[in-house]
Amino acid sequence: MAGPEIKAPAFREYPTIPVMQPGSMAGLKPFVANDKVQEALGFPTQLAENWQDTHDAVIAKMGELLGKYRSLKVYMDACVHCGACTDKCHYFIGTQDPKNMPVARQDLMRSVYRRYFTPAGKLFPALVGARDLTREVLDEWYTYYHQCSECRRCSVFCPYGIDTAEVTMAGRELLASVGYGQKYSNEIIGKVHKIGNNLGLPGPALENTLEGLMEDVKEDTGIDIQYPLDVQGAEVLLVTPSADFFAEPHIESLIGYGKVFHAAGISWTMSSKASEAGNFGMFIGNYDQLRKIAMRVREAALELGVKRIVVGECGHAWRVAYSFWNTLTGVGAGASDPFAIQLQSQLDHRYKQPSHICEFTWDLIQRGAISFDKEANDHRIITFHDSCNVARGSRMGDAPGGQFEIPRSIIHAVANKYVEMRPGTTHEQTFCCGGGGGVLTDDLMELRVKGALPRMETIKQVVDGQGVNFLATICAICKAQFSKVLPFYGFKSSMIGGVHQLVSTAIRLGDK
Amino acid sequence: MNLFFALMFYVATALFVVGLVRKIVDFARTPAPLLIPTTPAPTTTGGVVLRMAREVVMFESLFKSNLWIWIFAAMFHVGFALVTMRHLRYFPEPVWTWVVLVQPFGLYAGLVMAAGLAGLWARRFLVERIRYISTFSDHLMLALLLLIAVSGLGMKFLVHTDIVAVKTFFLGLMMFDIQPLPDHAGLHVHLFCVALLLIVFPFSKLLHAPGIFFSPSRNQADNPREVRHLAPWAAKLEAKN
Repeated sequence: MAGPEIKAPAFREYPTIPVMQPGSMAGLKPFVANDKVQEALGFPTQLAENWQDTHDAVIAKMGELLGKYRSLKVYMDACVHCGACTDKCHYFIGTQDPKNMPVARQDLMRSVYRRYFTPAGKLFPALVGARDLTREVLDEWYTYYHQCSECRRCSVFCPYGIDTAEVTMAGRELLASVGYGQKYSNEIIGKVHKIGNNLGLPGPALENTLEGLMEDVKEDTGIDIQYPLDVQGAEVLLVTPSADFFAEPHIESLIGYGKVFHAAGISWTMSSKASEAGNFGMFIGNYDQLRKIAMRVREAALELGVKRIVVGECGHAWRVAYSFWNTLTGVGAGASDPFAIQLQSQLDHRYKQPSHICEFTWDLIQRGAISFDKEANDHRIITFHDSCNVARGSRMGDAPGGQFEIPRSIIHAVANKYVEMRPGTTHEQTFCCGGGGGVLTDDLMELRVKGALPRMETIKQVVDGQGVNFLATICAICKAQFSKVLPFYGFKSSMIGGVHQLVSTAIRLGDK
Repeated sequence: MNLFFALMFYVATALFVVGLVRKIVDFARTPAPLLIPTTPAPTTTGGVVLRMAREVVMFESLFKSNLWIWIFAAMFHVGFALVTMRHLRYFPEPVWTWVVLVQPFGLYAGLVMAAGLAGLWARRFLVERIRYISTFSDHLMLALLLLIAVSGLGMKFLVHTDIVAVKTFFLGLMMFDIQPLPDHAGLHVHLFCVALLLIVFPFSKLLHAPGIFFSPSRNQADNPREVRHLAPWAAKLEAKN
């Protein structure tokens, strides 16, 4: 890669709030989507030749979004610039660029909102920090709305719950809608529409991969564990991030899911149509894309006639599945269109629909349907990294906080040595891995490395203090990001892995 | 002068009420298409009411995020609330009993309110990050509120005004019968600033007051698997299937 070598920022002796370095990240922009990528999603391919046309289109679209999303409208109006969020973003801590403070990131849009949509901004722009929309402003949006991982940590701390993720999503939606989309996310969405998953792995290749996996697992365990694809009438449809099919360490968790289904004797299948749990439609804030991607899962479930839908280890996928699927596709309860009604009657409502693989496994553990040799994990001293979208945008089980308790309970059931990271950086206050929300691309490597700083500092504490050598998580993006970024901070990339990787190590497969 | 203040208060009240109602209706009518409550999110409506009450009364999230801002914000808001209650004695005749009871508290609250405002303003100069995000209007808003507090306290502790006449003025105002206002510079500043506050309220960041009740990350119940949540414009997409 061209350009200077990326270096990780130094660990801070105490996690004090860094001094600002204005403009330090102003030069980092992800690649812009080309014509083909934009066209595949029905977005304009280029900015209009005439700036005024682009200007008008952005303002018109902004008006439309303000009318469609209460979140955006209220968040634009309600901020008082109190500053509570200013030290909460991992990208600000890691980059020291003040425009990566949540309030400043919002203000990039709020200043334009005020100018065009509020009387005060129309009459006294300078007084209220309102500004005209110019090409420079649009570029600034592109830069800084792609330096946000939509992790929502700021929203936890805001006295009004203002969620910068909503503003970032709106910003990306505005940009894409005028022909200024991001290559990484939009290209991936195109692949899902065309092929069925983010990696562009077609059905036959997927079949081959799974067959190979079966052989590997057989060699390893001596047992025929199935990794079935497109099996009609299976009990469970597992929808998992496509990284699970071959990326390391993701695949270790996929192996684990298969062992759980095998040990519990529950028939299951994956789908070549819904071979992706991830939904980048959320990252770009586009409801249509979000819905279109989610619909593939509904279609697959109907075609295969499954009774349960279970989602694999993927953070934003679980947020979409848990929080949005019922809205988008009527998978849970209450939808009235014929397909949703058919799906409702087909699914087994003794179980939550959809369920997280951790809910599924934990249920089996509690019922005694699977058991473990915990000692098999004794070479590992484990800590758990709460992934943003699971922690702050979803839930598991019946009670609030289940998304924290259930994965930890599973780890305690399958392993002996477990350590928590520093309070204030776990549960809903967890720090992002630095790679979520559509920034997991090499052209944003500098951002990813720097943004990982606060999480790396807490990892260092448990590595130095308690000898932690395994960082468990339930997110495909976290896994990919950590594998790449851990070495920048002097850790082995092999210390990252999935919760079901631990399950896989300890589960008893033969007689109980 | 009497006429000026009378007119100003009529205009200010009208703008305040109309502006605020319009904004609240606008907030209420704008759909929230997706469930986005932020953890820790309650699963029931009752839980949401409790969460909102904790946010509005105790500034729960702010307490978690920054103790200094929380202290100053609490001083200002609680002070302002008590001071406002104390000032209710200018409107009904006879004065309601609870307003009589609150009088002595309202007095100290004025001092606390001013101190809170001073603290909040100091942060805008002293803390680099807050200085960076502060706009001119952020400073003006604090100046306005502080001026209201100081001019009010001045009338209590330094140069008294004829509060009986002030009350007569406001009682008259409510009956559209304009009565003379005492000729007192501190009073004029005080009233002018209060009217100004009413005017800017619906057009400024003071909208955080109604806004918090409409914030989806705080006012939604976390029950997406049990109850389907569908915005009207999203339901139309469904009809196209």
